[in-house]
Amino acid sequence: MIAIPPPHLEIDVLVLGMAILILEAFTTKIDKRIFAYAGIVGLTLVLVAGFFLAPAPAAAEATPLWNFYTADALAIFFKRFMLVTTIIVLAMMIDYAPAVRVQDNRSSSLGEFFSLPLLTCAGLMYLVSAIDFIFIFVALELVTISFFVLVSFPRRNAVALEAGIKYLILGALSTAFLVYGVTWIFGVTGETNLQRIATAFASGKIDNHAASFGAVLVIVGLGFKIAAVPFQIWVPDVYQGAPTPVTAFLSVASKAAGFVVLLRVLQPFLILPHMQSLVVVIALLTVLYGNLAALPQNNLKRLLGYSSIAHAGYLLIGVACFDGPAVVFYLVAYLLMTLLSFAIMIPVVGSSGEEISNFDGLAKRAPFLAFGMLLAMASLAGVPFTAGFFGKFAIFASAIAHNQILLVVAGVLTVACGFYYYLKVVRAMYWQPSAAQEPVRISMLSRVIMILLMIATILFGVYPQPVLNAMKSNGAGAVARSTSNR
Amino acid sequence: MLLFLVLCPIVAAIVIILGGPVRLTALAAALLNLAAALFLFLQFDRVGTGFQFVTSFVVSSDWRIHFTLGVDGLSLLMLLLATIVTVAAIWFAGKIENYERAFYASLLLISAGAIGAFASLDLFFFYAFHELALIPTFLLIGIWGTGNRVRAAWKITIYLTLGSFILLIGLILLYQSVPPPERSFDIRELQQSIAVHPLAAPDQRHIFLLLLVGFGVLISLFPFHSWAPEAYASAPAPAAMLHAGVLKKFGLYGLLRLAIPMLPEGAHYWMYLLAILLLGNIIYIGLVTIAQKQLDWMLGYSSVMHMGYIFLGIASANVLGTTGAAVLIFAHGLSIALLFAIAGEIRNRTGTLAFSDLGGLGKVMPFAGLAFGFAAFAAVGLPGFANFASEIMIFFGAIRNGWDMQQFHFFQFATVLALWGVVISTVYILRAYRSTFMGTINERWSNLVDLRTALRIPVALLIAGLLWFGFFPQTVVQLVTPIFTTYFTAAK
Repeated sequence: MIAIPPPHLEIDVLVLGMAILILEAFTTKIDKRIFAYAGIVGLTLVLVAGFFLAPAPAAAEATPLWNFYTADALAIFFKRFMLVTTIIVLAMMIDYAPAVRVQDNRSSSLGEFFSLPLLTCAGLMYLVSAIDFIFIFVALELVTISFFVLVSFPRRNAVALEAGIKYLILGALSTAFLVYGVTWIFGVTGETNLQRIATAFASGKIDNHAASFGAVLVIVGLGFKIAAVPFQIWVPDVYQGAPTPVTAFLSVASKAAGFVVLLRVLQPFLILPHMQSLVVVIALLTVLYGNLAALPQNNLKRLLGYSSIAHAGYLLIGVACFDGPAVVFYLVAYLLMTLLSFAIMIPVVGSSGEEISNFDGLAKRAPFLAFGMLLAMASLAGVPFTAGFFGKFAIFASAIAHNQILLVVAGVLTVACGFYYYLKVVRAMYWQPSAAQEPVRISMLSRVIMILLMIATILFGVYPQPVLNAMKSNGAGAVARSTSNR
Repeated sequence: MLLFLVLCPIVAAIVIILGGPVRLTALAAALLNLAAALFLFLQFDRVGTGFQFVTSFVVSSDWRIHFTLGVDGLSLLMLLLATIVTVAAIWFAGKIENYERAFYASLLLISAGAIGAFASLDLFFFYAFHELALIPTFLLIGIWGTGNRVRAAWKITIYLTLGSFILLIGLILLYQSVPPPERSFDIRELQQSIAVHPLAAPDQRHIFLLLLVGFGVLISLFPFHSWAPEAYASAPAPAAMLHAGVLKKFGLYGLLRLAIPMLPEGAHYWMYLLAILLLGNIIYIGLVTIAQKQLDWMLGYSSVMHMGYIFLGIASANVLGTTGAAVLIFAHGLSIALLFAIAGEIRNRTGTLAFSDLGGLGKVMPFAGLAFGFAAFAAVGLPGFANFASEIMIFFGAIRNGWDMQQFHFFQFATVLALWGVVISTVYILRAYRSTFMGTINERWSNLVDLRTALRIPVALLIAGLLWFGFFPQTVVQLVTPIFTTYFTAAK
């Protein structure tokens, strides 16, 4: 049995990304899409390797790395999660490449477009393993900076540039909040390691006000990353302006990493007074704002932007009740349905446009894509026998168990809103007569990926146990700890 | 066998979407299901009281969810209703112009949702199967509906979503109010656990209210009814038949299955509220029904009104009343399906259902007139039809309700008022019959044709069901009485 030390995974991904970047600089003649295929193959190998990991070393023989880095079940699960997401995003980028070429009028930069997601992926994988504020900061910067470039990649496109600038400025601002908060906490406890901070908080010998101030700043910083209200202003514009695969990447991977960090960081903070009520209030605002603002949208990318805020709200309900398994399952469901809807969007948007009215009569033009979109929307709305319903079910169950009546009421009302705006897309596809007639072409690779995502959406909607087992496979991890913490 | 019942329509829907023969597959699946349900009906052991034909699979051990199917007399009755109406609805559907595959697949999915909900012994799947029908209904009304279909489709979808999520909260609360080691979504285990330690009275009140409102929205309990007439008026006839005849009964089934046996205290506490609301259904909606000027709207409102009687039976909380409610669920399902089917056929021929345009159709469509007459008399509750047998049980049960009241009481007063509903329904149904089939015929309709011979078969099936269970109600009553007897003796 081969056993790979967990930190090797990230190193492999980094090496792969850099190799592609370097090779790309020396090849001008060939079709750049070959690099995307290479990336997909490489990441798949890493993903396979991710199932043959050596256990983390015992505390006595651990190298100093393990002060910053953990390989508990939560981390390993989300490393695989990030790898799967990046693979799918790369496949979507291959379909999207012609659009970049048209906007940019030169194909030479495509290599960078394909290698940057690999670097982002490495950052995300570090982020889910980070248990020290310094390491969280470094990993977060790796992710954010590569996203700056990706968002504004079509340089000639004013909308994309605007999105990039917005993301840059607000991202920098949020990082500043985070760092400032970390300084306060370091000032109070003298520690940056989360576990030791927890011990320091529990000792009761610290200044609660100063610690709370720092904790609030950290939550603000993370709130930007997960798009929680009132730190969500950048989301609609950036989602609309960024290239579609990047939007998908941003809304799935970046959000998931943000939630993993939030789960880890909140654990020591919950000892502090009022911390849980703060999260409850943020969750409440986020579900209400995301769902209500999504109602009038007519641009599908913008609609999904607001819907991602709404889903962040449901996830925050889970975080407020500190239900690790529910949050993780919701994130998996969110990955499946969001990536499915973006993957279908790319060919349709390429042939017509981003407005919902461009989807009119899609069921006639492309029955397969329309059915896939129907499934994605049903799952996002929370129809049973899709993964999205199990996610909502678990979240509501834990909110009820914790007597968070207000959150439950808001959740139920907003779910009904959700049905309205998700079914708006279904209505366009099935009720409205079709404007364009020509069928939509999709590549073999993306068809396979769509079918896999559709199967997984239904499978986990009927049989969720594999996901729950995957988190437990490595014995007592952070999730188990967080469950016992209730 | 039960697994076959649930999976058969789903598999047929997939075959149709993937390109198999459309009508043939749908009809074959519906007929196979009817045969399977009849087989279960004959094989069912009427002596035992527990659930039979149980099959179970573990779905999630962490969340204690199992996929468990099983039937007792009550669910068997519902399955019989669902399969009969499915056959009739699909038979009536005919040729569809646009997206024919999606139409039949949606119909089959609604049927699968109803069958799955009635056959599930696990609360999670009980709920989930019902929700499965939501999107097909939205599509059916939205794509193939008539009149103001957009508004109707949105209204039913938003209403039912809200209702079912309120219901979901109630179900989760029910699950969580049992002590942790005994927690289970399995209805049998929940019932056992509650029989040993009944839930605290305040808990029962909260949960019962949530279930009443949640199920109430789905059943179109006054004042949550306004989606129903609109949706049924707009929906294509087969969809209205399935939804009004079968799917809407899910809520009533849920109240009988969960709320009454598990939350007797809660039911007692909210009895006054329920009595007032059901009078709203019977009297207020009854009067609204009289005022309707279109046949489809009138049928929609009348189906809302009849829910009031079933609520009355459920609220009476004794064996007689609840048995009557169960039988009326069945009888009303058959009669309303037949009414919607005939109305749909008239609309196909004339393009209108306004009473002012119709009249004298009995001359050109004698068979349709006859069938409509049968269904109308059944709906009114004429002796000889299953509706009569059940309504009489409900009224007797409600007068002698199970609340241990000695003297003349509010509830008896409500029952007397409800009796007037029979008069109201006679008024509107006879008016509708007169202005549709009697009188002088409009010139435009003089060369309409009657129902084809092939279409007379499902009509005959529905009428035969109504008459058989009207003359021999005992065949159904003996299925459900033992269940309710156990409920109410356990509660005492």
